[in-house]
Amino acid sequence: MTKITMTVNGKSASGDVEGRTLLVDFLRNDLHLTGTHVGCDTSQCGACTVHVNGKAVKSCTMFAADADGADVQTIEGQANEDGSLNVIQQAFQDHHGLQCGFCTPGMVMAAAELLKNNPKPTEADIRHHLEGNICRCTGYHNIVKSIMAASGQDVSAIAAE
Amino acid sequence: MPKDSGIGASSKRREDIRFLTGTGQYTDDINVQGQAYVHFLRSSVAHGRINSVDTSTAATMPGVVRIFTGADFEGVGGLPCGWQVTDRHGQPMQEPAHPVLAQGKVRHVGDPIAAIVADSASQARDAAEAIVVDIEELSAVIDMKEAVKDGATKVHDDLTSNLCYDWGFVEENKGAVDEAFANAAHVTTLELVNQRLVANPMEPRVAIGEYNRANDESTLYTTSQNPHVIRLLMGAFVLGIPEHKLRVVAPDVGGGFGTKIFHYAEEAFCTFAARQINRAVKWTSSRSESFMSDAQGRDHVTKIELALDADNNFMAIRTDTLANMGAYLSTFAPSVPTWLHGTLMAGNYKTPLIYVNVKAVFTNTVAVDAYRGAGRPEATFQLERLIDKAARELGVDPIALRRQNFITQFPYATPVAVEYDTGNYVATMDKLEQIGDLAGFEARRKKSEANGKLRGLGINCYIEACGIAPSALVGQLGARAGLYDAATVRVNATGTISVMVGAHSHGQGHETAFPQVVAEMLGIDENMIDIVHGDSSKIPFGMGTYGSRSIAVCGSAMVRATEKIINKAKKIASHLLEASEADIELKDGQFSVVGTDKSCAWGDVTLAAYVPHNYPLEEIEPGLEETAFYDPSNFTYPAGAYACEVEVDTATGKVTIERFSAADDFGNVINPMIVSGQVHGGIGQGIGQALLENTVYDENGQLLSGSYMDYAMPRASDVPFFTVDHSCQTPCTHNPLGVKGCGEAGAIGTPPAVVNAVIDALHSGGHTHVTHIDMPVSPSRVWSAING
Amino acid sequence: MYNFEFVKPSSVADAVSALSAEGAQALGGGQTLIPTMKQRLASPDTLVSLSDIAEMQGVSSAGGSVTIGGATTHADVAAANAFAGLTTLAGNIGDPAVRNRGTIGGSLANNDPAACYPAAALATGATITTNARDIAADDYFQGMFTTALEDGEIITSVTMPVPEASNYQKFEQPASRFALVGVFVAKYADGVRVAVTGASENGVFRWSEAEAALNGNFSADAIADLSIDASGMIEDLHGSKAYRANLVKVLTDRAVSAAS
Ligand SMILES: Cc1cc2nc3c(=O)[nH]c(=O)nc-3n(C[C@H](O)[C@H](O)[C@H](O)COP(=O)(O)OP(=O)(O)OC[C@H]3O[C@@H](n4cnc5c(N)ncnc54)[C@H](O)[C@@H]3O)c2cc1C
Ligand code: FES
Ligand code: FES
Repeated sequence: MTKITMTVNGKSASGDVEGRTLLVDFLRNDLHLTGTHVGCDTSQCGACTVHVNGKAVKSCTMFAADADGADVQTIEGQANEDGSLNVIQQAFQDHHGLQCGFCTPGMVMAAAELLKNNPKPTEADIRHHLEGNICRCTGYHNIVKSIMAASGQDVSAIAAE
Repeated sequence: MPKDSGIGASSKRREDIRFLTGTGQYTDDINVQGQAYVHFLRSSVAHGRINSVDTSTAATMPGVVRIFTGADFEGVGGLPCGWQVTDRHGQPMQEPAHPVLAQGKVRHVGDPIAAIVADSASQARDAAEAIVVDIEELSAVIDMKEAVKDGATKVHDDLTSNLCYDWGFVEENKGAVDEAFANAAHVTTLELVNQRLVANPMEPRVAIGEYNRANDESTLYTTSQNPHVIRLLMGAFVLGIPEHKLRVVAPDVGGGFGTKIFHYAEEAFCTFAARQINRAVKWTSSRSESFMSDAQGRDHVTKIELALDADNNFMAIRTDTLANMGAYLSTFAPSVPTWLHGTLMAGNYKTPLIYVNVKAVFTNTVAVDAYRGAGRPEATFQLERLIDKAARELGVDPIALRRQNFITQFPYATPVAVEYDTGNYVATMDKLEQIGDLAGFEARRKKSEANGKLRGLGINCYIEACGIAPSALVGQLGARAGLYDAATVRVNATGTISVMVGAHSHGQGHETAFPQVVAEMLGIDENMIDIVHGDSSKIPFGMGTYGSRSIAVCGSAMVRATEKIINKAKKIASHLLEASEADIELKDGQFSVVGTDKSCAWGDVTLAAYVPHNYPLEEIEPGLEETAFYDPSNFTYPAGAYACEVEVDTATGKVTIERFSAADDFGNVINPMIVSGQVHGGIGQGIGQALLENTVYDENGQLLSGSYMDYAMPRASDVPFFTVDHSCQTPCTHNPLGVKGCGEAGAIGTPPAVVNAVIDALHSGGHTHVTHIDMPVSPSRVWSAING
Repeated sequence: MYNFEFVKPSSVADAVSALSAEGAQALGGGQTLIPTMKQRLASPDTLVSLSDIAEMQGVSSAGGSVTIGGATTHADVAAANAFAGLTTLAGNIGDPAVRNRGTIGGSLANNDPAACYPAAALATGATITTNARDIAADDYFQGMFTTALEDGEIITSVTMPVPEASNYQKFEQPASRFALVGVFVAKYADGVRVAVTGASENGVFRWSEAEAALNGNFSADAIADLSIDASGMIEDLHGSKAYRANLVKVLTDRAVSAAS
């Protein structure tokens, strides 16, 4: 067991972990942050996407010990301070960018990284950026639309409803 | 003007708040104090005789609580099948036993042999490696055509063969159909495969069994689309736990698509083991495990023929299908290739004679059952590929050939035993031509050609039977359960409402759409109404969510219960307003006496019901809560027309979807935003089937596509924006909301449109020898077809 | 996954000494190793994370060559934009999250037959520098998942001569999105190099006939009449040998046309 400490959603968090403890397990089991999901075991679905030191990573494919000392952001830390949805979250609700919600935390975290680096992404940019986030429910239509809307672009022309 | 609340409004989904903030509660998010973890040791061979399972070393490993094998389940029921199909000769299907843990033989890769319960999941897995299993490997039965040959190795030694049933439909029509073919001016024939798919909801399955010895109660938390069905099947048939001692909870569920309907061994195991060790037992599937334990979908091999007269009218259809059941009969498996498939073979067309033959076959593969559309995509794919091929052979426009043969009079009784209540296939086709700008296709084709790509247009029409199902009818067809649904409307003293519904929401947005209906009926704010679902202890009963049935069946039960509420509330209001009940009107949440200015508010009446100080206690009971069960009198028949435009890069064979348009008729629509979302998702899965997804076993029964490394899931970059429309509405005539259901349409309507488009593209480039490509229409298959 | 001890040294020297222990293995970005460990196909006793070693990070240019630290992520390589083919290649490996963790050293050490970086390294005639020596790319790749690396040897950097023109064409395997076939073309004053990944049962290789044809005439026309023998190609669910051979040709053609 190794003791690790990291900042998660702005608060210090620590715990004792085994070498093999994945970051996602530490978040879900030790910190009870169950918003980060596990959808596969081959590092492809992106349901587990979080930010480590400002970069999107698959928390199922990083050891908790490797995140010792890091600044970690999860879906639980994304809402505004007053608890209201942030711009991306709100766009997902406004444009029905989620159905079962299982892929959603990963989608929101992936979108947040994209918009940080590319504030006005094209449809193609968004689709390319979501390469590692699988959604089985939405056909991606409303996810892409939500992200465009979150970037302040007019989406009224995109296929009505 | 779009409405901003009630029926027809695109109300934003209230459930989104918890999902967007990471505060949803999926089954794996639940942990029960003191829980142990189970790991299933699964067969690595597809077919074998178990000589021995030695758990002695494993049992002593750290953290191991107890190890179970098939022997522990002797005397416990097997997993039941909920539908008995009767074959062409009037005989019941062959129905093998399906033990919770393998007994005697393993029959597919992934068949559970032993279950290791330990203090931690990794200890359970470590111990599994110390179990010594002696299996004599037998030759695996994988190919369906081989499986039905005389002398084939049998998957189940105690059955007479690998044939589950040989079903003919409608058997009496067979002679007339054959005669029509003999007299036809033209016959088009097509052999095709509807490949096996893995449903792949993003949330893998999870089960937690809990036991309370003090009151002898069991609770199962599970990733299910229908907790009551699980309670019924598991309680009554597998474990013998009476319903009042068994609670089944399906909390937030991360997608289902059919594969979370069925009762699985892992659910029964966790519930059983928790009672045995007096401690909660949790199982979380890995994705790899789900590829070998979740029931899979489709897997039909078909020959279909169409007879046309000299004027291109459809005279008859004849089909021969082999349908893969896998190694065991999953809960509803036998119904999928029969009653959910044969009854749909008329499609949107007035073909007077149809004969469908289906042979269901056991193989050493994972069980196959309903996957989004279930039987209906298989029917539509055959029919619509066939019509397209016929149009090409006859040199006629595929849209014109379809229009010429459309059913135009409703109600319409098909030759395959169903009666379409309403529809307007001409209208949806007109709408499709408009939203898809089909007139502009030739110009777009020229542009693609200028870029060195071939472009094709594919059309598809579909019909589905939803709102499953009239209980008496399905009873005659072999269902071992009724298919009604139930709802309780509980009005609280202050006028707020909880509606307990038997439907389960795992992405469909019931928590938003169902209140819209009640709000509309009562004229109150949607936000005063909450939906409760997914817990057998809170809901009177429910058959769950599948077959696009939630709003059509459970929604109807909710309407009936709300009507009872209104009736009673009017009685109370008539007392409060000192008027005759017949004169009371409810509008915008106000009760008023017709023709006067006397009125009282919704809240006054609800308060009176619970604080009955001024109340007609001698005539009516206090309180305001009503339950209704609703059994539909027919299926509903959503229909639509889809258009897909593809580009084909002939050098690599890669197909890209350039445009996709869908014009659907769902009858009345409660929440257009949610309905569009359902269609988008179905189209996404349909494109997945058409271009990407395939479940492949090698000849030894090893699954070659057992993870996302080889099973190609559609990603954002595989699809374009879609244009969807549901403004063509012919309301259902037999349910109170006039709704038809929209959950499966996209998955049914999409695959033929895509494949038709690819064939069209290839023909435009002179590759006219290519008349069909089996799905998935992958780059290598397209390239091989061109160069073959 | 089996348990192991996790160590995170901050210098190459410390990493090398940690790796000398029995059962120790290097951890780069973990994007290959962690999924492998989940399947229990790898079971190190100690994992030595290379992510804290500053001397193994970053991209620098000097004397017509670019040198990439062995622990530099795919995202950082893409962002450095050293030359066209490399930028495209790094920017299209997997997905953004994979690129934020996966490293060039890990990719080259793993030498997956469908990986992208081996094509760049071979086509540029890169030098693979380890804690012990320099290895020429032509000597480094020794067949699928096999390289010249010794046990415990770490790739500390990779140096690629910057080509006059280059391009990488990747045709994605539909499921994994690795390269079903990938072709890297690099043009230098002294000749053209063409490296192919994804296609051969022997891993990444140079297509010497195409190189010879392109040496005289760097245009798609030069290879119009060439074809590659399908016999040594990989055959799987996603494509036959003949299909892969076709892709080698088509992608080489496209890479030459697009090279910049
Ligand atoms: C979803 C997904 C998609 C992917 N798509 C692609 C793709 O399209 N193209 C592609 O090329 N790759 C792809 N990859 C693989 C990815 O590029 C990996 O990052 C890479 O193969 C391994 O790098 P790593 O740093 O993650 O190494 P690790 O996984 O940490 O290690 C891999 C191996 O290399 C060893 N190792 C690591 N670093 C060093 C070093 N510096 N010196 C010596 N040995 C070392 C390790 O001991 C281990 O044996 C994908 C991976 C995933 C998960
Ligand atoms: S759970 Fe991390 S990528 Fe699927
Ligand atoms: S919303 Fe269900 S997987 Fe994306």
